[in-house]
Amino acid sequence: MTTTTSPGAPAPTTAHHRRMTPTKWLKKNLFSNWYNSLLTIVFGAFILWVVVSLARYLLHIDTEIIRVNLKLYMAGRFPNEQLERLWLAIYIAVAGVALLARATVSNAQRKATEAGIEFHRSSWVDVLRRFWPIGALVIFTLSFTETITPTLLTLVAAAIGLGAYWIGAALPAWIVRRLWLIPVVGAIAFYLALAGFGGVGWDLWQGFFLNIVLTVAGISLAFPLGLMLALGRRSTLPAVRLLSVTYIEFLRGVPMITLLLMGAFALGFLIPGDVQFSLFLRILIAITLFQSAYIAEVVRGGLQSVPKGQIEAGQSIGLSPWKTMRLIVLPQALRNVIPAMVGQFISLFKDTTLVYIVGLLDLLRAALVSTSQPEFFAQGLDAVVLPFAALYFWVGSYVMSRESRRLEKKLGVGVR
Amino acid sequence: MTATQTPTGTRPPFWRNVHFIRGALQILAVAVVVGGFLFLGNNLRNELIAKNLPIGFDFLTQPTGVTIADSGFDPASPVWKALLTGIKNTFLLVIVGIPLLTIIGTLIGVARLSTNWLVAKIATVYVETIRNIPPLLIIMFVFNAVILQLPPPRDPATPLDWFVISNLKIIGPGFTALSGAGIFAGVFLLAMVAAGIVGIWRTRYSERTGHPDHRALWGLGVFTGIMALAYFILGRPIRMSLPVLDGRIITGGFGGLGAYFAVLLALVLYTASHVAEIVRGSILAVPKGQTEAANAIALSGFQRLRYVTLPQAFRIALPPIINQYLNFAKNTSLAIAIGYAEVTLITFQLIGNGYPAPQLILLLMVAYLLFSLTISFLVNILNRRLQLVGN
Repeated sequence: MTTTTSPGAPAPTTAHHRRMTPTKWLKKNLFSNWYNSLLTIVFGAFILWVVVSLARYLLHIDTEIIRVNLKLYMAGRFPNEQLERLWLAIYIAVAGVALLARATVSNAQRKATEAGIEFHRSSWVDVLRRFWPIGALVIFTLSFTETITPTLLTLVAAAIGLGAYWIGAALPAWIVRRLWLIPVVGAIAFYLALAGFGGVGWDLWQGFFLNIVLTVAGISLAFPLGLMLALGRRSTLPAVRLLSVTYIEFLRGVPMITLLLMGAFALGFLIPGDVQFSLFLRILIAITLFQSAYIAEVVRGGLQSVPKGQIEAGQSIGLSPWKTMRLIVLPQALRNVIPAMVGQFISLFKDTTLVYIVGLLDLLRAALVSTSQPEFFAQGLDAVVLPFAALYFWVGSYVMSRESRRLEKKLGVGVR
Repeated sequence: MTATQTPTGTRPPFWRNVHFIRGALQILAVAVVVGGFLFLGNNLRNELIAKNLPIGFDFLTQPTGVTIADSGFDPASPVWKALLTGIKNTFLLVIVGIPLLTIIGTLIGVARLSTNWLVAKIATVYVETIRNIPPLLIIMFVFNAVILQLPPPRDPATPLDWFVISNLKIIGPGFTALSGAGIFAGVFLLAMVAAGIVGIWRTRYSERTGHPDHRALWGLGVFTGIMALAYFILGRPIRMSLPVLDGRIITGGFGGLGAYFAVLLALVLYTASHVAEIVRGSILAVPKGQTEAANAIALSGFQRLRYVTLPQAFRIALPPIINQYLNFAKNTSLAIAIGYAEVTLITFQLIGNGYPAPQLILLLMVAYLLFSLTISFLVNILNRRLQLVGN
C-alpha cells in the first residue's frame, strides 16, 4: 500500500514505520504540520492524564469485594456442595471443543491433501496469539481465589483440553464423518453432569456461567429455526414466503427486551395452565425466537452469495430441488455465513446481560447484588465490580470479533 | 395443465403434479400457523379468564395508578395516556441521541484514519473498548458509578451558578419564551425559507455566470439578518434563563433527570463506536482511483474530501448507519434497568399494577414495530434515490 497524505486515506502500514529512525517516525506521524503537532500535544496531555489517574485509581482499589464474591460472579448461587458437578460440566465442554477443533482441522487437512492443495495448520504460537486474552482472563480470575483448589482444577481442565486435542487426531472414521455427534453427545453429557441424578437444575445455573449457557444454547437452538426461515423467505411458494417475511421482520423490528418481558410475563398465558415452564426455560425460548429472526437474515445473505450457476449445475445433472439445496447450495452458503454467525454470537453474548431485567442472576446482576451486601453497601464499589464484569464480556467479544475478521479474510467472503 | 394427456395415455398420479404439491404445501403451512394461533389464542383466553383479567383492550381507558417522575403525570389518568407519556420519553432520547451519536461517531471514524498516529490510536482504543462491552453494563456503570455519585438533591452542586447538578436532576441554562415567542417561531420558519430561496438564486446565478456561488454564506447571512432584526423588533421574545435554586425547588433553566442523561450518554457512546466503524469502512471502500483522479485534476485536500471521497462514502454508509439509528432507538428500552420512564418501563409498571401482560406487551411490540417499519420505509425510498443511475 502506498502512502497518501489525505486524512481519508488509510494509515501507512507498520512495516513502513520500522525502517524509519525514531525522529523521522515522530516527525512523520506526530508532528507533520502545525495542526498535527497541536493535536498530538492536546491528545498526548489527555492520555497522560487518563493513564495517571487510572493508575492512581487502580492502586487504591480494594479488591476485597471481588475475592469474597468470586463464586457469586462466576456461578451465582450454585450449591457449594455440588460444585464438582460444575467442574465436570466444564471439563466436558472443554473436551468437546478440543475434540471438535482437532477433528475439524484434521478433516480440512485430509481434504486439502486429497485435492492436492497445500495446507497451512496454525502453529501453537499463532493459536496463542489469537486466544491469549482468554488465558490471561482465566489467570486474572484465579488470582482472586482464596484457596489453591480452583487453580488445580483449572490446570486439570487445561490437561483435559490438551488430551482431547491429541485424541482428536485419532478419531474413528465413522465419527469424523458425523462430526455433529460430538456437540450433541457433549450437550447431553453436559446436562447430565449438572442436572442428572439429583443434580442442580437449570434454575440454579447462574452467574457468568448463565451468560455463556444462554449464548451457546440460544444460538444452537435458533440456528435450525433460522435456517428454515431463511429457506422459507427464499421459497417460490408465496404463502410460505409471506409467513417467513412476517415473522422475521416482526421480530427484527422490536427490541429484545420486549421478547424477554414476553417470556417472563406473557408466555405463561399461552401454554395450558397445568404445564409450568421455569423462568430459565421461558427466557431461553424467548431468546431462541428472537435470535432465529436474525440468524435467518444472516443465512439468507449466505444463500444469496451462492451464484445461480451452481443451482443450474445441480439441475443439469438431474438433482432434485431438495438435493440441490442440501448438496450444492447449503454447503457453500453456510461456509460463507460463518463470520456473520460469529458476529451474531457476539451480539447475543452481550445481550444476555438483559436477563438481568427479568430477574435472572447473571454476571451483571451478581455484580450489583454484591454491592448491595451490607459490608460493601454504598462505598462506591459499583465503579469496581461493573468494570470487572465488563472485562469478561470484553475479552469474549474481542477475541471472537478478531476470529470473525480472520475467518472473513480466510474465506474471502465478499471477494470473488 | 392438470388435464394434459401424456403420449402413452397414462397420466401421472395427481400427487406428482407440481401445482398440487405447491398448493398442498402452502395450505399446510398456513394451516399449521393458523392452527397454532388458534391454539395459543384459546389458551390465552382461558388463562386470562382463570386469572380474572380483562380479555380485550378496554382496560386502556382505566386509571393507571402509576407515577412518572418529572412529568406531572396524574396517576388517575387512563392507561393509554401513561403509554403515550412513555413513548414521548422514548422520543426524547432518540431525538437528542441520534444527532449526538452521528457527530461523535463520524469524528471518531475519521480520527481512526488520521495520519496522526496518536489520534488514530486513541480512536482505535475507544472503538475496540466500547463496542465489545454490553450496552446495559455501560448504562449501569454510567448511572451507578457516575450519576449517582453526584451530590444529593438537598445539597446540589452549582458550578458557575449556571448549572444545578444533583444525582436526581441535571439542570443547565435554558430559554424562557415571553410574549411574541410564537411570532418569533413563525419568523424562524420564514427566515429558513428565505435562506433557501437565496441559496437557489445563488446557485442559478453561479450556473449562469460562472462566478462562485457562496450560497452557504449568503443563506446564512440572510437567515441571521432576518432573525436578528425580528429578535429586536419583537422586544427580545426569548431570553436565557438560568436555573435558580431555592431550598430544594429549582426554577428556570433546562435539563432532565439523571437517569435520562445516564441512558443518553451510555447509548450515545456505545452506538457511536459502531457508527465510527461504519464511517471508517465506508471511506476505505471508496475506490482508490477516485482519490487519484481527484489528485490528477489538482483538487486540494479539502476539495477532494468534500467533492469526491465523502459523497461516495456517504452513499455506502447510509444504510448501515440508519440500521444503527434503529438499534439505538431499540436500545433505549434498556432504560428500564435504571428507572427512566420510557415506554418499556411504563409497560413494566402497568403489568406490575395488575394490567394484563399479553395485551400490554403486544402493544409495546407494535409501537416499536411501527417505528422501525416507518424508518425502514423512508430509508428504502432514500436509498432508491441515492442509487447510481444505470447501475
